[in-house]
Amino acid sequence: MIKESLIVSMQNIKKSFGGVHALTDGKLELREGEVLGLIGENGAGKSTLMKILSGVFGADSGVIEVGQSVVDYKDPSMALEDGICMIYQELNLVQKLSIADNIFIGREAQKGVVLDRKKDIENSKQILEQLDLDINPNTIVEKLPVAKQQMIEIAKGISYNSKVLIMDEPTAALAVSEIEELFRIIRKLKEQGISIIYISHRLEELFTITDRITVMRDGAYIKTFETCNCHMDELIHSMVGREVSWEKKEKSNVAVDAETVLEVEDMESPDIHGASFKLRRGEIIGFGGLMGAGRTELARLIFGADWRRKGKVYVKGKEVTIRTPNDAVMNGIGYISEDRKDFGLSLDLSIADNIALPNWELFTKGGVVNHKHQYEKTAEIAELVSVKMPSVKQLVRNLSGGNQQKVVIAKWLLKNCDILIFDEPTRGIDVGAKSEIYDLMRELIKIGKSIIMISSEMPELLGMSDRIIVMREGYITGELGIEDTTQEKIMELAVKNVKAGSN
Amino acid sequence: MKKNNAFKRIFLSQRVIALSTLFILFVLFSIFGKNFLTTNSMISLLESTYYIICLAFGMTFIISTGGIDLSMGSVAMCGALIGGVAYSVWGMPIGMSLVITIVVCVCFGILNGVLVSIFKIPPFVATMGSSYIAQGLGYIVSKVQTMRYPVITSPDGWFKRVFYKTLNGFPIGVVYMILLFAIAYFIFRYTKIGKYACAIGSNSEATRLSGVKTRKWTMLVYTIAGVFAGMGGIFYSATYTSVLPGSGSGMEMNAIAAVVIGGTSLSGGSGTMVGTIIGVFIMAVLRNGLQTIGIQQQWQVMFTGLAVLLAVMLDTYRGIKEKHS
Repeated sequence: MIKESLIVSMQNIKKSFGGVHALTDGKLELREGEVLGLIGENGAGKSTLMKILSGVFGADSGVIEVGQSVVDYKDPSMALEDGICMIYQELNLVQKLSIADNIFIGREAQKGVVLDRKKDIENSKQILEQLDLDINPNTIVEKLPVAKQQMIEIAKGISYNSKVLIMDEPTAALAVSEIEELFRIIRKLKEQGISIIYISHRLEELFTITDRITVMRDGAYIKTFETCNCHMDELIHSMVGREVSWEKKEKSNVAVDAETVLEVEDMESPDIHGASFKLRRGEIIGFGGLMGAGRTELARLIFGADWRRKGKVYVKGKEVTIRTPNDAVMNGIGYISEDRKDFGLSLDLSIADNIALPNWELFTKGGVVNHKHQYEKTAEIAELVSVKMPSVKQLVRNLSGGNQQKVVIAKWLLKNCDILIFDEPTRGIDVGAKSEIYDLMRELIKIGKSIIMISSEMPELLGMSDRIIVMREGYITGELGIEDTTQEKIMELAVKNVKAGSN
Repeated sequence: MKKNNAFKRIFLSQRVIALSTLFILFVLFSIFGKNFLTTNSMISLLESTYYIICLAFGMTFIISTGGIDLSMGSVAMCGALIGGVAYSVWGMPIGMSLVITIVVCVCFGILNGVLVSIFKIPPFVATMGSSYIAQGLGYIVSKVQTMRYPVITSPDGWFKRVFYKTLNGFPIGVVYMILLFAIAYFIFRYTKIGKYACAIGSNSEATRLSGVKTRKWTMLVYTIAGVFAGMGGIFYSATYTSVLPGSGSGMEMNAIAAVVIGGTSLSGGSGTMVGTIIGVFIMAVLRNGLQTIGIQQQWQVMFTGLAVLLAVMLDTYRGIKEKHS
């Protein structure tokens, strides 16, 4: 490879966050004027690598070259000066300001102490024209559809004279026609010599727009393909083809005639498009898919946490009305959120109070709380799931991630929930505690509970599930029995284009 | 090391700080104040706290859910005013007018609850709105007339002898305050209402996802605050006899200050009735005490402000500490 044609070169990038290795061997080579696709599973390290390139945080070690010179960005403004600009998935526009104000925020043109709005508007016009966008720069951003807002982000990026634009899942919120528009602009930018790093889960998009595709897995660089002579199978294989260092579940232990405890029929909401499935007693169904596939959204619908357009839920054969989480809990469904801090626990309350939250009727007699009874009972159940604690009066804030997760589980066990929805049960939990959570889940199955497990980790999905349902963009794209599941099959379903190939 | 931490925690606990502050203030004023430590002065100090204590109890419930009630003072006075109209204009028996006071305040509590939990209006705005509504309603019903309750010696004055002070001068209100404290403490510590209030204040979404009907309980908390506002209205009219239309706004600020000084965190999630009552007395001792050492009223108000700021700063400081440990 001719070194001169590289505008960005990142080699041997390492980065860890408090002992967790996010990047072990990050590498990226971007040629001038190309569109480079960047792909990998959730947690493969794409975002971390891009945040390092754009100066959000520094690398622990490794070499970054931009143009010909070695750089070490301390903050995003330094990267911007070198012409590297990142456009985030969640847009960073000030909704109440005009387009021109947004583009030049923080560096407004001035005449003495007075703002020179005319000049900003003129310059904005120019940039918008450069992108063939016919919008008045005085328009308030709030009034634009998301797709147009994204264009404004791109315009803002160009206004810094950027040479490299990093786009993180730019099409996640766009309709098909809007994607075309985005591609048109990307091609236009390419003509002008701007290089683009394009992060996406959508393979067909990568095949349409990129020149090359770099694959990452588990925090390391795997391979770069020339898009024109690359096969989808190859790509998928390199995304998931890790050495197998963990055990896959051989076969399902659930009897064929096991009772159906939960049936979900035709769930629909703005995010979910007609999801149906059955869960049997003693079964773990794994829900696989990439970020934004709608798995958490589906779980929240089943749990009554969000509004749904339609859909029926049957518990043990009987149709039940679930409109609020309270209804779900009353029907024996417990939800263990992926985000313990925001949705699972009250950090300022004690272990005892957290476990008691849905269970106060157990500890009240004639409306009067019996604290002694509460402490005894919650301690008993907390010990059952082996929460490591000095006492149940301890604040949950001071527990480790694994122990916090056990407190959530204890809460639902005490409530006697038969159906448990685990949403990323081991996220943010260290390795030792992980296997404890797995053991706990296996114990739960043994005593007749049934589990829905949403997971983005292949080893977890393949090691725990009896059946795996894969989702993409709000659709269920397939169901796999554990016996004939492979990582490749899951990934294929996770990136499969629903509209084109729903066979 | 651990012991040291535990010691620090207890030492930094706002309840302990508040209690020792109260004690120090009390001792200081007893030594330096003129006529501070006399029976009369003590009784008048107690009597000035009755209605504020009621409001502060209600406020503790609301603040522990992470909310705030800016209408409480106006609502309590609106209740007292309409009760007064019922007695002196509509000619109802005094007992009935007391019931009306409570009913009016409970209605406003329900209104606040509906606005906050069903219409999802931020408590600050919702209760500010109902504060104006309460004042306006008071003006309209009273036709902007000051309402006078019967004096202690008149036949209808029995209610003052029951709620305020007996004929031989015993401050009977104190008994009610102890009773109300017991009730508030009990509800807060030993019933679901208190538990859910703190859970909602700590993390309302996690509480909802635990299957708790958070809307219902939030409404109930505001309604309870309405009951306490009503009690405040009754004790105010029993103590001060005349109720001015449009008054009351600002009383809730004293209640909020007392709650905060007592150690209930404004961000919700925890609360303490013991702290609240200490907070009320710190403010009362400051007010009366500063007078006895010859400091004028305009300065007393400023000192109250400083006390509140100090308490909040302490709360924030502890919050930062906890999050970093």
